[in-house]
Amino acid sequence: MTSVLASAKALQKEACATTERPVLRERGQREVFCGLTGIIWLHRKIQDAFFLVVGSRTCAHLIQSAAGVMIFAEPRFATAILDERDLAGLADANDELDRVVGRLLERRPDIRMLFLVGSCPSEVIKLDLSRAAERLSVQHAPNVRVLNYSGSGIETTFTQGEDACLASLVPELPTRDGGAPQLLVAGALADIVEDQFRRIFAELGMTDVAFLPPRKSRELPAVGPGTKVLLAQPFLTDTTARLQERGCEILAAPFPYGVDGTMAWLAKAADLWGVPRARFDEVVAPAATRARKALDAHKFRLAGKRVFFFPDSQLEIPLARFLSEELGMFPVEVGTPYLNRQQMSFDLDKLPAETLVSEGQDVERQLDRCREAKPDLIVCGLGLANPLEAEGFTTKWSIELLFTPVQGFEQAGDLAELFTRPLLRRTRLEV
Amino acid sequence: MQLTVWTYEGPPHIGAMRIANSMDGLHYVLHAPQGDTYADLLFTMIERNNVRPPVTYTTFQARDLGGDTAELFKSSARAAYERFKPEAMIVGASCTAELIQDDPGGLAKALALDCPVIPLELPAYQKKENWGAAETFYQLVRAYTGAQAPAPGATRPQRAAGERARCNVLGPTSLGFRNRDDVTEILRLLADLKIEVNVVAPQGSRPSDLARLPEADFNIVLYPEVAQNAANWLKRTFGQPFTKTIPIGVGATRAFVKEVCELAGIDSTAFLSRERSRLPWYSRSIDSTYLTGKRVFIFGDATHAIAAAKVATSELGFKVVGLGTYSREFARDVREAAKEYGLEALVTDDYLEVEQAVRELHPELVLGTQMERHIAKRLGVPCAVISAPIHVQDFPARYAPQMGFEGANVLFDTWVHPLMMGLEEHLLQMFRDDFEFHDGAGPSHLGGHGGARDASAEAPVAVMAPVATSEAIVLQAPVAAKPEGWAADAEKELGKIPFFVRGKARRNTERYAAERGITTITIETLYDAKAHYSR
Repeated sequence: MTSVLASAKALQKEACATTERPVLRERGQREVFCGLTGIIWLHRKIQDAFFLVVGSRTCAHLIQSAAGVMIFAEPRFATAILDERDLAGLADANDELDRVVGRLLERRPDIRMLFLVGSCPSEVIKLDLSRAAERLSVQHAPNVRVLNYSGSGIETTFTQGEDACLASLVPELPTRDGGAPQLLVAGALADIVEDQFRRIFAELGMTDVAFLPPRKSRELPAVGPGTKVLLAQPFLTDTTARLQERGCEILAAPFPYGVDGTMAWLAKAADLWGVPRARFDEVVAPAATRARKALDAHKFRLAGKRVFFFPDSQLEIPLARFLSEELGMFPVEVGTPYLNRQQMSFDLDKLPAETLVSEGQDVERQLDRCREAKPDLIVCGLGLANPLEAEGFTTKWSIELLFTPVQGFEQAGDLAELFTRPLLRRTRLEV
Repeated sequence: MQLTVWTYEGPPHIGAMRIANSMDGLHYVLHAPQGDTYADLLFTMIERNNVRPPVTYTTFQARDLGGDTAELFKSSARAAYERFKPEAMIVGASCTAELIQDDPGGLAKALALDCPVIPLELPAYQKKENWGAAETFYQLVRAYTGAQAPAPGATRPQRAAGERARCNVLGPTSLGFRNRDDVTEILRLLADLKIEVNVVAPQGSRPSDLARLPEADFNIVLYPEVAQNAANWLKRTFGQPFTKTIPIGVGATRAFVKEVCELAGIDSTAFLSRERSRLPWYSRSIDSTYLTGKRVFIFGDATHAIAAAKVATSELGFKVVGLGTYSREFARDVREAAKEYGLEALVTDDYLEVEQAVRELHPELVLGTQMERHIAKRLGVPCAVISAPIHVQDFPARYAPQMGFEGANVLFDTWVHPLMMGLEEHLLQMFRDDFEFHDGAGPSHLGGHGGARDASAEAPVAVMAPVATSEAIVLQAPVAAKPEGWAADAEKELGKIPFFVRGKARRNTERYAAERGITTITIETLYDAKAHYSR
């Protein structure tokens, strides 16, 4: 039997002759979350928004299970669970939804924006949530704006849920007339990271900077032809398309991980604003120097180590770029649920030629490849991590990369530390 | 359509998954959309299993819906069989796959795989996790024993003289609350009683072991939520009686021993003549006097809730002020149990309803699930967890059964430790205004834990009002603003009454005053009312 790794490498070699990097496309069991999972961070990011999933008991169970194995803060999300009566048409699902939303808003008078989030069952029974959202928006105006998007597993993979949510916000953004260019940073960031970027842009003399999503639903940034968009997250395919429709220009840049990533990301905007290179260097130098120092503390542990990424959040390619370029690790395989070549081009081009990039998943075959490759570190989802540890591998669970502030200079060391910790832990334990 | 914040049970296919994960050599092929694989983490993260659950998902996406999802199911089932070579397979659909009506059972049959394939029909929009587990176990038992069913009217052959009685232990599953240690405890007990164990299922058995179930003389049902259906079938078909007593608590364990010995035809007197748990003495020792009449609220699955109420009342001397369950299938049993305590059972799977009940009843201890632990934490009430839904903390590294004599010891410790120690409580009553030793401070032996009592529970006016944080879901309109007519010193005196009875004292006093046309409530009125209502 030819080894799966060997055949994957053959594909790699074959395609290396051409200019475009080859990608192994697989279809099979996908061990990934659906887009509903994004609610876990989005409901904290937009502080006066509520997320109502219209779905099944499975949806409700998923969110509470995936949330760090059950968080118990008071949530700003809930599930309207469809039951037999809704499916059999005995109850008009729309009337039921209106009733549930009414009850919810009565209980939460502080809510200003409500997202109706579609799920697999609501999509399959073709419950029209966009019409429901329009109807409910009229009913509850002016206090609450009701929007909708789909976080269903049949349409979205994990972080695509955030993409769908932000895309649903774009038509709501006020229109901005020409004038001076304005910068819009798209993609949910930890508040602290957002504040750091805001300070850097201010020091660079860029004052008209807005973030999407905003912290309050009533503080939606205006957009228009003068708006230049810098992507803070690598999974915003639909959102960028909607923004382009509004006349915004998307800046092609790498993603802001590590020193080099952050530097290039900031520089892209600064160049456009005509910030002199010397001024740019002066502004970013202190933070960049700190960050390099922080990375050095991790480099000796990570350099030369081989890392294997299972597909999860679409962060895989930029993170592999960071680990390989800035910390000297070697990515054996970088799996991504969905590859947006255009947005990924900077990071993709910097991956070593020998690195196998795979899109989609057949989890059993990928596990075979992984076992054969014997990487030093595996980045994977929660379902796979403990079994791989039990087989003797060292793993980093990928969901933590989304729940931790990792972008920007000040977080570069923290990001590296997320990968160092499991390796260090192995050396410490004597049991 | 039901508005749900947290759910007590997952969908029924999670129950089926628990059965599959409990057994060896059984594989589950689940027709399910992308994303449903989240369920793997219940087993690998919460239960810390070191292998993935034996489940293959079809993980179809929108693009597959236009094509042939049935073919996708068939190729997944075939690939799963070839890769895992299971002894048997169960096949079924999750909620979304149920809607596309591909008939996994029929499709799997058409594949003619070289192993038994048991189709599951688990209606995802009607039923829930425990029902799914019970149905799956029942279908497996039926599939493996059905062929051996004796002719109607045939009698069970008698056990040969001198042959030891044999039993099956039914119900323990993966993700079951302390099932791991309960089984160990019960198997030890049975070994001490010299009763032979034929099969323990589903946990730890293989599908082929199920075919041996009829060889036992009787069945022990540890968790009716999972094993009741299968036990009923085995009784009907093979005349195997099964136990009704759940051995949680000293009294119930003794009753269980008697029941088991009767079924096994042995004498339990000698075994029961010795005290085997520390709970009775610990409960009788005088330092436990302070436990008398502690108000306790109990909520969980039916088995654990009913058992907890019994132990709380007759083995710890608590007063049960609320009893409820999310197990609708066993609602009748819980209602009957509640009547014994003069209560009406709370049967609901709405977390918000349970929260409201806890607020209204002002318990001094909550015995519940992880959900109630959260409610209790916010209200500043001590809490111990007695039931699933499961949490990573419900799989302790140490041995901590709930059942049997050791289980009773565990119950004593886990229910009593969160409480304030006796003398501490007295001092607190006497010196309520002490700046570092007040009723908001929580038990001194628990560090910071329990210190942050919910502001609304503390505030004299708003015992029933919504929590102060803007994020909380408002349960009901706040009670009418500060009632008129309380003199300042009377109001202050009211604040010296323990928080859990303060609301009641206020209501009683106001009613007393209203009935007598008293416009200003003084300290005198407060104590007049106290004397009036204490009669």
